[in-house]
Amino acid sequence: MATDHIVGIDLGTTNSLVAYMQGDTPAVIPGEDGLNLVPSVVALDGNNQVIVGNPARNYLIETPDHAVYSVKRLMGRGVEDVREELKLFPFRLADDMQPGEVLRIRIGGRSYTPPEISALILRQLKRNAERFFSGPVTKAVITVPAYFNDAQRQATKDAGRIAGLDVLRLVNEPTAAALAYGLDQRKNGIVAVYDLGGGTFDISILKLHDGIFEVVATNGDTHLGGDDIDNLLIAIALDDIQGDLKLDLRRSGEGVQRIRKAVIEAKIALSSQPSTKLDVELPGGHSYQREVTREMFEQLIQPVIDRTIGPTKQALKDAGLKPAQVDEVVLVGGSTRIPKVRRLVQELFGRTPHTDLNPDEVVALGAAVQANILGGGSAVTKEMLLLDVTPLSLGIEVAGGVTDKIILRNSTIPASATQYYTTQVDGQTNVAIHVLQGERELARDCRSLARFDLKGVPPMVAGIPRIEVKFLIDANGILHVSAREQRSGKEAEIDVQPSYGLTDEQVENMLLESFDYAEEDFRQRQVIEARREAETILAALAKGKKNPAWQELTSAERTNAEALEKALVAAKDGNEYLAIRKAIDALNEGTMRLAELMMDTAVSTALKGKAMDQTDLDEGPAAGHPVAKAEFK
Amino acid sequence: MGRAKRPPQVLYGSVFMATSESKSSVIVPGEASTGCWSCGTMRATHFCSACGKVQPAVPVDYFTFFGFPRKLELDTAALEKEFYALSRRLHPDAFAQADPTERAWSLEQSSMLNDAYRTLKDPIKRTEYLLRLEGVELGEQSKQATEKARATGELKKQVVPADLLEEVFELNMHLEELRAQKKAGEDDPALLEEIGEAKLTLEEKYDALFNELKHEWKKWDAAVDSGTEEDRRALLARMLDVLNRRNYIRNLVRDVNEAMEN
Repeated sequence: MATDHIVGIDLGTTNSLVAYMQGDTPAVIPGEDGLNLVPSVVALDGNNQVIVGNPARNYLIETPDHAVYSVKRLMGRGVEDVREELKLFPFRLADDMQPGEVLRIRIGGRSYTPPEISALILRQLKRNAERFFSGPVTKAVITVPAYFNDAQRQATKDAGRIAGLDVLRLVNEPTAAALAYGLDQRKNGIVAVYDLGGGTFDISILKLHDGIFEVVATNGDTHLGGDDIDNLLIAIALDDIQGDLKLDLRRSGEGVQRIRKAVIEAKIALSSQPSTKLDVELPGGHSYQREVTREMFEQLIQPVIDRTIGPTKQALKDAGLKPAQVDEVVLVGGSTRIPKVRRLVQELFGRTPHTDLNPDEVVALGAAVQANILGGGSAVTKEMLLLDVTPLSLGIEVAGGVTDKIILRNSTIPASATQYYTTQVDGQTNVAIHVLQGERELARDCRSLARFDLKGVPPMVAGIPRIEVKFLIDANGILHVSAREQRSGKEAEIDVQPSYGLTDEQVENMLLESFDYAEEDFRQRQVIEARREAETILAALAKGKKNPAWQELTSAERTNAEALEKALVAAKDGNEYLAIRKAIDALNEGTMRLAELMMDTAVSTALKGKAMDQTDLDEGPAAGHPVAKAEFK
Repeated sequence: MGRAKRPPQVLYGSVFMATSESKSSVIVPGEASTGCWSCGTMRATHFCSACGKVQPAVPVDYFTFFGFPRKLELDTAALEKEFYALSRRLHPDAFAQADPTERAWSLEQSSMLNDAYRTLKDPIKRTEYLLRLEGVELGEQSKQATEKARATGELKKQVVPADLLEEVFELNMHLEELRAQKKAGEDDPALLEEIGEAKLTLEEKYDALFNELKHEWKKWDAAVDSGTEEDRRALLARMLDVLNRRNYIRNLVRDVNEAMEN
């Protein structure tokens, strides 16, 4: 379909971009201002209108409490793990935050979760693309740092949904960069991608083989980047100012933002010249000047960039490779423009890294390539396939607070593992599972992903139930869990308490709130509503199955009904309105006789003299068709 | 992560897996005899040979998944080639625009493909997998059991391989000595050298055991074609013994490294 554009989005800490496949080459879509980069800054103006990108940057200085930046650092994290961040970044948490709640950040008089703020950036990119194509854009591939954990990935996917985008795939940033390079070069061999951006560091080692991009190892640090360098410079300037001018600007949002702007400019200047001058107009008519040489700068940042060495060596070790076996090294991310970083990479790999593609754009270009592949491919991408890995091991907590790793890091995804559980007490009907992500041996040192409560285990003697739990990491790096009690063949019900993150309901409410009710959003609403309808029907059928009438059906009828039920469960998770609609109608059709039988049962129960209120009204005639309310048929 | 409201989103998996009894902790071989769901023609396991549509996953063991016999001397180049070829056909990327059912099948199939490839390409994992498939419990000496014991600090039953008894005894004495010295802040180069030599011997044994294992592979592969059940059982027991001794040495070397570093 010519109108069905799938775009590739790089949702960066500092800058975001949207790109698409223009014939055989990926290209960045500029904003209305003609610029490719959309700064990841969100502000509210005096009328509470949302401002995103370049215009929002001015608000950072003029009304710093009405703007936020680097919100990517907060994605998928809880209050307790952002304490350090809060010391360094001017994030203001909402006053009424409850423990265990998803973070909410204040912008002016409002508060937003990190996924909502990211969604505002995504909507701006969506608008830029729609303006460019003069048509709706509803599908996207979004990139994430390779080292993002499950919660951070889920938060990114949520942001996409809140922005009204169907996120076809989350792609790891270094892998996307490799795709963009691979398209250019078409070589076989080992490639290392060193990606040091505004807030995250990733290293990925890939094996290129006839169009297959197989990631063999990845490592990184999701809180390491240009921001950390800026913060070092800001701290020095603040110390100077306090010493020289007896002025404590630490609590002055405006003061800090003016300094921040100046140190970023100085940092950039030092990549091309041996020294530069910091010159900041401070609030209250003061000014601060200082000469910064490249030498000083390099000394200062050494500890920051040295933090990339450990992950790089670990990735090589995990890949089972020596640096000399790497054929090409690719640099990605704005911070790799720093000459000192380039020298470090050169030392680590013993070869000159590639810099032919713009390090700010290459990830978005790669995302566009992946979008094209998912859209069915074109002549140039037909043979391309990305095989990525999970960056962190997946484990479950076992006796003694120990992590039992069930999917190891660097496993190609999708990947799965099956575990078997039993009960410890006679008649026990619930089993709790604590899922973790990380490399440490003790559960408390790993990242808690969620607690699953398996319910409805048939009561048996302790140790007899055999509950099969399947953990599956999909191609986005996101975990899914399903469970079944094997002796009874019963699907166990899973109650999930995500340790961090929004519930589906919250996401959908945010989506509904964010709608401008524009025409292009209509389809998405249809899907959401159809999903709700499907849920109602599935719940009704589940009840119907407990009714004696279910046993009166022929086994063929039951099999058919169950097949239709499964089809609806699958369809409802998709994004195709028509598919869900069809599955709903088919299930309605296929359970018509069940409804009739249930009606009969209820009537005969009544004839036997039992009062109607003793029967389950939900299953009786008052409920009509058990799987459909009157308005559907 | 799954969600509060709609958690088992990917019940896809078990929904579409054959729901009949697969009880062993390793998937029991199933039969893939029905026709393609889409065109009705007879099909291969993963996708229809006639119309190319992906098929629901059938629970088979990893060897069967790749169409290999249950043999251990495996041509890893052929395995890789097959892995790439199947990846192109089964990976969810190829189904991004397909209907949800096919997407679910592709997810299921490609996760199984990846799991199978990861297990079979590694010689030790492949051997351990075969042992489990043949009903052999890996037990106390397995990597998992060892790691769990290390993390909890529990004492684990260690069966010292007979041919190592003397060496292990001596090495443990030396390690005790080393730890005591370190505590006292002393340094004894002669002791370190002795431990270093013992470690080198262990590492040589470790490598030799791998060759011993490969030797057993050959016999196993021959027994698959023409041996008796008794032969095969005996070979499985021998392979388990080699793996256990190898794991034992690996743990010992790790202890030595830790004692020397701390």
